[in-house]
Amino acid sequence: MSASIASVLPDFSADAPAEAHHAVRSPAERELLRIVIVGHVDHGKSTLVGRILHETGALPDGKLEMLQAVSARRGMPFEWSFLLDALQTERDQGITVDTTQIRFATPQRDYLLIDAPGHVEFLRNMITGAAQADAAVLLIDAGEGVREQTRRHAFLLHLLGLRQVIVAVNKMDRVGYDRAVFAKIEADVAAYLDGFGLHPTFVIPLSAREGGFVKERAEGADWYQGPTILDGLDQLTAPLGLGDLPLRFPVQAVYKFDDRRIIAGRIESGKLAVGDELTFEPSGATARIRSLEAWPGPAPRSAGAGQSIGLTLDKDIFVARGDVAAHGNLRPRAARRLTARVFWLADAPLKAGTPVTVRLATNNATGVVRSVASAVDPANLTTEGVAALGRNHVGEVDIALHRPLAADAYGINPILGRIVIEVDRKIAGGGIVLSATSEDKSPAPKGEVVAVASAVRPADRVARYRHGGAVLWLTGLPAAGKSTVARATEKRLFDLGGAPLFLDGDTLRTGLNGDLGFSPAERSENIRRVAEMAAFLARNGHVAIVALVSPTRADRARAREIAGAHFHEVFVRAPLDVCEQRDPKGHYARARKGEMANFTGVSAPYEEPEQPEVVLDTTADLSLCVGVLESYLTEAGVLSPSDADAGI
Amino acid sequence: MTGMNRLDALEAQSIFIMREAFAQLRKVALLWSLGKDSNVMIWLARKAFFGRVPFPCMHVDTGRKFPEMYDFRDRYSKEWGLDLLLEDCPPLESTDPTLPPAARSAARKTEGLRMALAKHGFDGVIAGIRRDEEPTRAKERFFSPRGTDGAWNVREQPPEFWDQYNTALTPGAHLRIHPILHWTEMDIWAYTKREGIPVIPLYFSKDGMRYRSLGDKDITSPVPSLASTLDEILAELATTKTSERSGRAMDHESEDAFERLRTAGYL
Repeated sequence: MSASIASVLPDFSADAPAEAHHAVRSPAERELLRIVIVGHVDHGKSTLVGRILHETGALPDGKLEMLQAVSARRGMPFEWSFLLDALQTERDQGITVDTTQIRFATPQRDYLLIDAPGHVEFLRNMITGAAQADAAVLLIDAGEGVREQTRRHAFLLHLLGLRQVIVAVNKMDRVGYDRAVFAKIEADVAAYLDGFGLHPTFVIPLSAREGGFVKERAEGADWYQGPTILDGLDQLTAPLGLGDLPLRFPVQAVYKFDDRRIIAGRIESGKLAVGDELTFEPSGATARIRSLEAWPGPAPRSAGAGQSIGLTLDKDIFVARGDVAAHGNLRPRAARRLTARVFWLADAPLKAGTPVTVRLATNNATGVVRSVASAVDPANLTTEGVAALGRNHVGEVDIALHRPLAADAYGINPILGRIVIEVDRKIAGGGIVLSATSEDKSPAPKGEVVAVASAVRPADRVARYRHGGAVLWLTGLPAAGKSTVARATEKRLFDLGGAPLFLDGDTLRTGLNGDLGFSPAERSENIRRVAEMAAFLARNGHVAIVALVSPTRADRARAREIAGAHFHEVFVRAPLDVCEQRDPKGHYARARKGEMANFTGVSAPYEEPEQPEVVLDTTADLSLCVGVLESYLTEAGVLSPSDADAGI
Repeated sequence: MTGMNRLDALEAQSIFIMREAFAQLRKVALLWSLGKDSNVMIWLARKAFFGRVPFPCMHVDTGRKFPEMYDFRDRYSKEWGLDLLLEDCPPLESTDPTLPPAARSAARKTEGLRMALAKHGFDGVIAGIRRDEEPTRAKERFFSPRGTDGAWNVREQPPEFWDQYNTALTPGAHLRIHPILHWTEMDIWAYTKREGIPVIPLYFSKDGMRYRSLGDKDITSPVPSLASTLDEILAELATTKTSERSGRAMDHESEDAFERLRTAGYL
């Protein structure tokens, strides 16, 4: 998790007590570790935080004495958790103390304590908080042992990719530092954590209230030889700097406000410099950095992880939002298949067949869940019988993407190795990538066939046409307007300087597919051939615009498989009665009379697409339909934004 | 983080957020309240987009700002080459009469904002609120969805993590984008100083008083202060025990006044 955070969080809160009362210190020069304290409600989180703040001298002067005096006056025993309550109250009164991010320091380094609300209802907030941590302290009440939230939180830490966990068995004073009690809990928690391969860095007996093993060692517990909490924290390893990892520069946007074409984004890891050759994934296009751009200038010659930058290239290659620039052979994978460990936050369960959108860095792709393995209720680690992920549950999920995303396994790069999953455009879960594969499903050529590649590289075609290859698969009822839209779109793309090609089902039946009739099997074969042809064109940089009724989902799924990432399903929708009224070829009339068998819409079914990339309503104006397609192609990264559009 | 210090890190994150908003939303505007925070925000936008702010900067004008604020607006909208949008607020009578007086003033602005959004069809507005200003703002997300009525549902906020922001919108609803949510008052002044961003003189001490936060002139008061330079403001903030918005009457009229304002769509 560690590294990921650097970019997520501003690491300072100037108003935190530690800052206000220490002399000027340059945070940039000191190491910072972000920790989160989790555990079951009432197991002592606030007490531990209060005590740590006291022991590290992070409290404002007189704060402790004041609270102790107030407690005495009211005749109640002082509790360390009052400190946190008091800070909370001050913030509520508008005095600038942010309890969601408290800082403290040991001689060794700075710490940022991220508050993660423990209540089960607030899992979303806890994830929002804990996702930013480098390490965690898991608190367990010695009197109560491992409880439901203990388990849930531990599992979540594991899920978020946190590898460093200190387990603290709190309230040991109440059990007289009984070694057997500690040993029992230690064994319980170790067994639980071991269930998912997490091993606590330390298990520490603790009395947050009395200060035992926070900073000083406790009396009467000589049997424990390990570190105190503060020693333990200092022994955790700092996150690997993102700057030391290979370059990952996800493109946020390409700006053409003036004569410069600036590629803007934030460097997530590694560094880059003017003159470097960059490879953009998933397209694989390469170019050198001509300049870095900055306002108000002067522009630097190099930049590193965490910086939001802009650069220009020496060549006019096609680059769009979502592409990830990397160096040479240290590139992320153009992944079509992801296996991820996912935590699920939505009400509707995630299961095989669920259509999802995967967001990864600045890119996203639609896809479908192929399988859910080991769905687990983190409260008891029971594996559910059904292969579905319920709300607040986690599991390993295999996702097939409709177009490739530049991705890394989490272990290789924490930023390019984490995904957020959307359903119906709402964030529904997240996960870390266990494996990313490019999985090429095209069957190996049979016999002596050896494929020979074109002499012209795809990237060169893109540079000339200003678009990538694509198959626009227009499906819909006869007379829905597929050919009309297809032709108008072809004309438009051609006028833009592109290389589109309109493939009409009927026209192809006069030649290439002249041997095929209209039986279901022959219709399938017809579709397969058209798909192969369109895919061939797309792989060579053309936009193949297919207008084909293609009434079955199975056939269209096959076409998608053949064309792979190039495939874009466009549902040309018009009500049956409208189509029948149009009936330019007189087919509906003949079918109604029974003269045409297997006529889609009349004597054969049309299966509407479940998840088309685009839906066109052809009762609307034709130019509107073409416009919708054009902006979709731009959004999908097929079409380079025209200069006029990009200039805003 | 090669050589990045604290302000560098804040700046990089804000620029990232602003570019995300511009890339993901159809039509955005930046809310320019003329105060120190939104001035920093405009500066960040100019950095994000290489010198030019590619969306309108909208001032929803109550008509009751200080003359110095209008002067500032007129001068810098030109100097910075901003696409300035001026929008009026409806009369006071149109606001909820059960609100305390100053809060009613603020509610005018909420209504003015709502009308401006509808008029221009913005699906996102970039606003310069910060978590440390006020407790309800501390609960905000970077991308905060609002209902069709502009309302904020604090209990049902979507999760936001790993730099992935919610951009799903129902028709007619909009997003508030908060690129400086994670900054503190101290950060704003330190950055203003480092970057040399112009400052409205009302923030500096005059006759022992200065404004820490600027709103409508009839409901904003200065606070006792001798700070008359940026360095002195920074020194003052390091030790102050009063809140930034203590001079803003609407925050203090009743326990829940500000929360009600925000739920209804106030910034």
